Amino acid sequence: MAAAIHIPDLRAAANAALTSRWAKPAVFMFALIPLIWTVWLAYTGELGAEPVLESVKASGLWALRFLLIALALTPLRMLTGVAGLARFRRMLGLFAFFYAVVHLSTYIGLDQFFDWTAIWQDIVKRPYITVGMGAFMILTTLAATSTGGMVKRLGGKRWRLLHKGVFVAGLAACLHFIMLVKGWQTAPLVYALICIGLLAFRRWPIRLARRKEPAVRTRPAAAPRSAEAPEPRFPDGSSPARRS
Amino acid sequence: TVPTTIKPADPKLDPTTPMKSATTYNNFYEFGTGKGDPADSAGMLRTRPWEIAIGGEVAKPMTIGIEDLLKFPMEERIYRLRCVEGWSMVIPWVGFPLAELLKRVEPTGNARYVAFQTLNDPKQMPGLRSWVLDWPYTEGLRLDEAMHPLALLAVGMYGEVLPNQNGAPIRLVVPWKYGFKSIKSIVSISLVKDQPPTAWNKSQPREYGFYSNVNPEVDHPRWSQATERRVGDFSRRKTLPFNGYGEEVASLYAGMDLRKNY
Repeated sequence: MAAAIHIPDLRAAANAALTSRWAKPAVFMFALIPLIWTVWLAYTGELGAEPVLESVKASGLWALRFLLIALALTPLRMLTGVAGLARFRRMLGLFAFFYAVVHLSTYIGLDQFFDWTAIWQDIVKRPYITVGMGAFMILTTLAATSTGGMVKRLGGKRWRLLHKGVFVAGLAACLHFIMLVKGWQTAPLVYALICIGLLAFRRWPIRLARRKEPAVRTRPAAAPRSAEAPEPRFPDGSSPARRS
Repeated sequence: TVPTTIKPADPKLDPTTPMKSATTYNNFYEFGTGKGDPADSAGMLRTRPWEIAIGGEVAKPMTIGIEDLLKFPMEERIYRLRCVEGWSMVIPWVGFPLAELLKRVEPTGNARYVAFQTLNDPKQMPGLRSWVLDWPYTEGLRLDEAMHPLALLAVGMYGEVLPNQNGAPIRLVVPWKYGFKSIKSIVSISLVKDQPPTAWNKSQPREYGFYSNVNPEVDHPRWSQATERRVGDFSRRKTLPFNGYGEEVASLYAGMDLRKNY
């Protein structure tokens, strides 16, 4: 009765949507929703009894979520064969960094109110803050080297090695979350499992969709690299999106 | 009406926390670990009928129903509440001294500690299905702490019946200790010889001591206890030893090393 759904059609449609010129601005806007929503709740007094702590928590949680979403794109692309997904890795990774910046700034500015002595003591004395700061340093390094120019400057091999650090940051962020809650709570453990799962996928990839890549190119092969291009090529001709 | 017997020395420094904050921002893991979970799901808790079984090293063990507990002479006490997580509130409780109840059962010479237990019914408390703590929730006090006039059994707050999420129908309030010592929805009280096991202490003994007196000098291993944020305030304030009740209770701990007995 139901019309047959052709997987290849779906895949092509998904690819067309993801490679359209509106896809990136749309994802960009969506990624800002948690920030706008939290600011709105704070403004209307709906953030609960402890708005300061709530904003620190919310921004931290979204940093971790975006990090895991960014890390899920490659497995998702391999599972579904939708090549267009790879375009969003850098943007979503940078959003993870952006929310981590908000997280750290709300902690420094709102929670501790620039009490640098207390903050420094926190960093050296409290393992969960040490671990969180470690994750933040890694994300900062990755964000700073996320441009195509930096790929060239570092060389593909070194760049790829450096950017494997994203998994260290992800695991550190999960550890930070597990360590800061009281008792063994479910949510932080679930995030950690997802992170480990995404890491394990790199080691033991599963492919459901028949390999047709690159059936749909993310852009014409001959197109010159623009500033916006998400996939700088390495000197060996591979693309960072296809690796790691 | 209930007479107010204890209130902050300076109401400007310690204004009463809005009731909405005190009833929507709660730690009551039997209903989930989120601060809003208790307010969302504590409606499932049935507080009538309710009994507390009191036993152990006592001359007159008894099971007392909530109707009889409500017959104790009630008073209102406005206490500061300091959570171990670093936030605090000021709450007007309605209740009666724990000592009044303990006197009725006549503790024997063997009784040195008091052990408390929270209801443990997964049908009414969805949070019990996750293993955050070794359920049921248990707490304990030394007998002299329990007999201290500041230790309160609360059945109401803000002049109203205690909301479920705040530990209905009856809970302990020990204002000089971190909030988790003030056990909620009590079903059993037992007078015992030895220091009883307590839920948080069992889960992380290095972080949550048996005494858990509010102490800005002794940090929680994972965060500082030097400051706290009063719920509703923007900036933090200094935490006071014994949560500001040192004058009344410090003598209970004379000669004790409070760094060791955290």
